[in-house]
Amino acid sequence: MTEPPGVWLYAVAEGVDTAILAGLAGVGGSAVRAVAAGGLTAVASDVDLAQYGETALERNLEDLDWLAATARAHHRVIDAVARHRAVVPMRLATVYSGDAAVATMLTAQAASFRRTLDRLGTRKEWGVKAHLAGRPEPEPAAGQPGPGSGAAYLRRRQQQLDAQRDGRRDAAASARAVHAELSGHAAASCCHPPQLPQLSGERAVMVLNAAYLLDAGSAGDFERAVTGLAARHPHIRLELTGPWPPYSFASTQEPPG
Amino acid sequence: MSAELAAHARRGGTAHARRGADAHGGAGRVALVDLLDRVLAGGVVLAGDVTLAIADVDLVTVSLRALVTSASALAGPEDRGHAVTPGAERAR
Repeated sequence: MTEPPGVWLYAVAEGVDTAILAGLAGVGGSAVRAVAAGGLTAVASDVDLAQYGETALERNLEDLDWLAATARAHHRVIDAVARHRAVVPMRLATVYSGDAAVATMLTAQAASFRRTLDRLGTRKEWGVKAHLAGRPEPEPAAGQPGPGSGAAYLRRRQQQLDAQRDGRRDAAASARAVHAELSGHAAASCCHPPQLPQLSGERAVMVLNAAYLLDAGSAGDFERAVTGLAARHPHIRLELTGPWPPYSFASTQEPPG
Repeated sequence: MSAELAAHARRGGTAHARRGADAHGGAGRVALVDLLDRVLAGGVVLAGDVTLAIADVDLVTVSLRALVTSASALAGPEDRGHAVTPGAERAR
């Protein structure tokens, strides 16, 4: 690379053991290191600005393979540190011109980072997704006429549409009940927008895409609560993911939820 | 087209048939869709002095075109795989 590298940030923490970072590969296979200032440590790596500079990022973020690889590398580093320490994850694509700029930022933001680290502590994020539970209706084979007259067909079609509408209404009510109960187990909760079916490969309608911030000891109770809710709400299909680093609760502004 | 998405489509989305993978790198990789929810919309937004403008941009929107154009080719009925058995997908 001809120009000086940029510094990609993954997370901010206190007192990161550099041995944790030693074997990690960051974005683009870069070596991961610590930048310390203001009593805090930024977990960072040097990146080629020809690929990770602002102009290049605007282009590369629209390349799904590039985005997937970068998101996975970003996550891998944050997750490795989060297993040992409270971390404040950074949004993807936060790049500084050098260690001096990172140090200036850490010092200026130290108080708000400390407040966030105190709030998050050893808490982890768990995801719960709910989809409309499919009761697939057997469709007549192509070219084979259904039984009965045209009027009977229209009546059946109307009944199908009514059932579909009722199913969605019941699923939405179930999703609200699930979110309310699970929020009661969590220190904080929030909802992401529904996922794109093209990306999730999921054809059922998504009715909940929530995140919950849980104390270290409460994951077992939470998982049992999800299992119980799945049994009580047959209109929806629940899926639990996690533990995640607390991405959805990392804002140094007011906590969500 | 995304190689990762294509592989996912070939699996017929069966990653959703069970409890999601351990985000701590346990049994399997986390689903890309769940990861993107978090790394594009979560985390602290700092104006890096190299990516000053990007910090003000909704990354979900920036990447949306990539997602849609890469995924649309896979979204046809032939590529969607079979529906997983209802009930088998409940969280345990």
